[in-house]
Amino acid sequence: METKLDKIKKRTGPVLFSKYTRGDAIKKVISIPREDVLFELKTSGLKGRGGAGFPTSTKWMLVAASTADKKFIVCNADEGEPGTFKDRVLLMEYPELVFDGMVVAGYTIGAKTGIVYLRGEYEYFLGQLEDYLMKMRDDNLLGKNILGKEGFDFDISIRLGSGAYVCGEETALIESLEGHRGEPRNRPPYPVNTGYLGFPTVVNNVETLSSVPHIMVKGGEWFKQHGTDKSTGSKLFSISGDCEKPGVYELPWGTSLYVLLQLVGAKNTKAVQVGGASGVCIPKNKFDRFLAYEDIATGGSVIIFNESRDMLHVLENFMEFFVEESCGQCTPCRIGNTKLLEGVRKIKSGDYTFGYINTLKDLGKTMQVASKCGLGQSSPNAFISILENFKDEIFFHNGNGSK
Amino acid sequence: MAKENNPRIPVSQQPFKVQKPEDTTTIGGTISIEINEKKVTVPFGATILEACKENQIHVPTLCHHPDLCVAGVCRICVVEVDGMRTLQTSCTFPITSPIKIHTSTPMVRKARRHIIDLLLSEHYGECYSCFRNENCELQTLAKEYGVDNYTFGHITTPKFQVDRSSASVVRDMNKCILCKRCVRTCIDLQEVGCLEAIDRGHETHVGTFLDKPLSDVICINCGQCINRCPTGALRANDPSDQIWNAIDDPTKHVVIQTAPSPRAAIGEEFGIEPGQSFTGELNTALKRIGFDKVFDTNYTADLTIMEEGTELLNRLKKALVDKDESVKLPQFTSCSPGWIKFIEHFYPEYLDYLSTAKSPQQMFGAITKTFYAKEAKINPEDIVTVALMPCSAKKFECNRPEMNSSGFKDVDYGLTTREMAKMIKEAGIYLPEMPKSHFDDPFGDASGAGLIFGATGGVMEAALRTVYELVTGREVPFKNLNITPCRGFEGIKQASVKLENCVEAYKFLEGVEVKFIVAHGTANATKVMEMLRKGELNDVHFVEIMACPGGCLGGGGQPIPTSEEIRTKRAQAIYAEDESLELRKSHENPHVKLLYEKFLTEGPCSKLSHQLLHTHYTKRGKFIL
Ligand SMILES: Cc1cc2nc3c(=O)[nH]c(=O)nc-3n(C[C@H](O)[C@H](O)[C@H](O)COP(=O)(O)O)c2cc1C
Ligand code: SF4
Ligand code: SF4
Ligand code: SF4
Ligand code: SF4
Ligand code: FES
Repeated sequence: METKLDKIKKRTGPVLFSKYTRGDAIKKVISIPREDVLFELKTSGLKGRGGAGFPTSTKWMLVAASTADKKFIVCNADEGEPGTFKDRVLLMEYPELVFDGMVVAGYTIGAKTGIVYLRGEYEYFLGQLEDYLMKMRDDNLLGKNILGKEGFDFDISIRLGSGAYVCGEETALIESLEGHRGEPRNRPPYPVNTGYLGFPTVVNNVETLSSVPHIMVKGGEWFKQHGTDKSTGSKLFSISGDCEKPGVYELPWGTSLYVLLQLVGAKNTKAVQVGGASGVCIPKNKFDRFLAYEDIATGGSVIIFNESRDMLHVLENFMEFFVEESCGQCTPCRIGNTKLLEGVRKIKSGDYTFGYINTLKDLGKTMQVASKCGLGQSSPNAFISILENFKDEIFFHNGNGSK
Repeated sequence: MAKENNPRIPVSQQPFKVQKPEDTTTIGGTISIEINEKKVTVPFGATILEACKENQIHVPTLCHHPDLCVAGVCRICVVEVDGMRTLQTSCTFPITSPIKIHTSTPMVRKARRHIIDLLLSEHYGECYSCFRNENCELQTLAKEYGVDNYTFGHITTPKFQVDRSSASVVRDMNKCILCKRCVRTCIDLQEVGCLEAIDRGHETHVGTFLDKPLSDVICINCGQCINRCPTGALRANDPSDQIWNAIDDPTKHVVIQTAPSPRAAIGEEFGIEPGQSFTGELNTALKRIGFDKVFDTNYTADLTIMEEGTELLNRLKKALVDKDESVKLPQFTSCSPGWIKFIEHFYPEYLDYLSTAKSPQQMFGAITKTFYAKEAKINPEDIVTVALMPCSAKKFECNRPEMNSSGFKDVDYGLTTREMAKMIKEAGIYLPEMPKSHFDDPFGDASGAGLIFGATGGVMEAALRTVYELVTGREVPFKNLNITPCRGFEGIKQASVKLENCVEAYKFLEGVEVKFIVAHGTANATKVMEMLRKGELNDVHFVEIMACPGGCLGGGGQPIPTSEEIRTKRAQAIYAEDESLELRKSHENPHVKLLYEKFLTEGPCSKLSHQLLHTHYTKRGKFIL
């Protein structure tokens, strides 16, 4: 009989969903020096999949070079961006990729402890993950002298988040791990220098870590064959909204929105929000743009809106999200988002002047440069892009909207 | 202020540990950078803010405070740094590479205006009815940046109820700009931690545990948060209207006692540079306002030394001669009500180590309504006692239920330096112009030993001047009686004095090395208490603790702003005045001697003095239901 897992394992894809056997990457790396691991990673050109797109090899190198007595590798599994659910698929169906990736990281940077910061709402499969870790310990893929490699000790623990979007931001995540309020830290210093408990720490997204075992086994050059020059490898996209086949897709970087929309059976599409609430809204006439760090960078959330959607309503939704989810520590984000939301509501009720709307866009630009963390810096994106791209619909009611 | 690793402070707020690379750009620990196209050299690891200050460039700040760890939350101090996509906050950014900084570009100015405008849009309060009017960092910035038309609107109804539950601190969160200086003061400087940001996003506000009233949490009433709040969101509980009423009531005899610290700082409220005392001028002003008598708290400070010093000698005798193992040593001072509430909450099991002597304020109240009432032939019921204090915790102290040993409320009102300055101004008096005058009899002018109670280490120094002389018959062996190991702002000071050639009555102390510790700020008190817990203070005899950084001169009722620089100047003023006095030892105060002759005839620590001048404490614990 076909089990549920076998059915799911029918997922296919060029990189992440390609074949991999548990433990292979670990076996490979313990036989080579960590410099070679870093070299392979650098060759692959892997960049962070959590949104910021920082070169992973650079991040690891900075921590590997540090002489601190303790180091940490943290797997960011907070997956809070609206419309993202690809990390869940990796954790539930491909735990061998995530955890092997962490072990490789531990070996390379010299960490003895790995921590998974798991989104609170994912508690329902926490037991399954713990069981998996137990099995790894039984097979000496975790623990002391891993696979007989003298002195290579590493273990992984899982900690549950408690439901704040901002705790996915790496420094807020660390604060939260330390038991403080989930508020982003000042930078510099960066986590690679002063991270968890003040020690050098690598924070990587689930998908970033999941790419590592493939790179280790199949090589950086192989990885680089996929994707574009600046965006190597493939990406998981969480696709939702107005389409026939929503779900998680593995596509090479460089896929255009056209191709993507066709793949998922989207019809009458008016706009695509790429990157979740903090991403940008792409209108129909720009669907030839492609998904890659050099064009539309994204952590993987794609939300599709068809002609029946009211874009102002969509925007209101996003702004409500930020007003609630800002951690509230810095002025531009805490109060700025409230003002942008008020602005949207003013437009809705017709009680606005263009002068004031322009002032708010200006404010948005200040928020982009003066906020403390990525949340406040990206929260005006939707406001600015939706009001720009859907002017006709929103202000003159003669667009394609359903006003 | 030296800050060590405190696990209760997020790592982000702890000072940035700069790792110095050994390359050529850092010769001699300095680094060359550019600020506004000008090449300058600054210390490696300095923040942009420090670098700018050193080069006479003013960068505005709100959440930054020189006494506190960094926050980086208001964002007003942003500047442009070449090569960085976003603006950088100068208060948090350590300079470790040869960067180019621009402090006044269109983008920077616009961002700052936006930030001020955003703050004003949520700021419910009107400057003309605010005690921080003309001394408010938000107001100043709005003026400097020409933010004058509420671009983003203005809140018209209050969001929060004003919390007046505490006897000491009033919290009006409608004026709060969430700079979190109070939060950091409470946890970082004071290690109390009763304030924290609560909720998230637009609902974020500073509150207490479960948003309880301040009176119901572990607040020690030190008022340090008030002194560091940039706006009028925090203020002391002001009794000046009741005091005016008492002054205006012809049937009331209103006396005021003035503590040593207010006189060394009140000039600041009148635009005078810190560091000048106005003792005589203040006496005149108070009499002109209408106080019937103006007394010097230093008198009861001298009395405190007699009582507390005797208590210490008694404890030493019990321990050394009677070999009584139940005696608690070291003896801790008890004159700082913030410290008292701190130990009651955090170390209730050690209350027996405290001296039972009341604070000078409370002694004065008790003496006024008994001895003075009798001498002056006034019904104590008709006496209103006011205490001019540098302190907000004194307001709580005088309301403690046990503080009525005279049969009445010993001290009716505690008034802060700031509130006094306001009353003086309201009376149409410009303090610095006043002629000087003396304190009133029967207590007269007190000793310099009482005066230095205002600075951290002062009680210790005063006690040593007396105890040493009582025990050996000689003056303390320090030049000009200045016991320098007691002075300065180091967090915890330790020293000792050897007792030799003791007089007959104190032969049991022959050769004893009296060891003492002085600490200020309750964060340092915590360290001392942990030493006590670990048994590291077994050979220490006497510990002075003041709740406020710098001692009373840095009290929660003193003029705003405060910084180590300002506190240093106030301390200098106090020590200079001490040196200028003839009378510098508590036991030589003739008025104190008189009190023991006429009233407390059985001497210090006798039955009557215990009834009037000593007290007991309450075990409170950390969890309040
Ligand atoms: C508000 C905010 C939320 C974030 N949430 C997540 C998240 O849920 N998961 C994630 O992997 N990264 C998230 N990030 C990005 C992380 O800060 C960080 O860049 C990432 O974990 C680094 O890993 P990477 O280099 O592997 O991408 C978020 C960033 C911001 C500003
Ligand atoms: S930008 Fe928003 S989420 Fe980030 S630190 Fe500031 S208030 Fe918090
Ligand atoms: S806090 Fe400052 S800005 Fe606010 S009302 Fe008071 S003086 Fe004015
Ligand atoms: S008065 Fe002192 S203890 Fe109370 S909140 Fe303010 S700083 Fe904290
Ligand atoms: S109460 Fe004052 S110090 Fe505290 S956060 Fe508000 S404005 Fe800042
Ligand atoms: S003063 Fe620098 S961020 Fe507030």
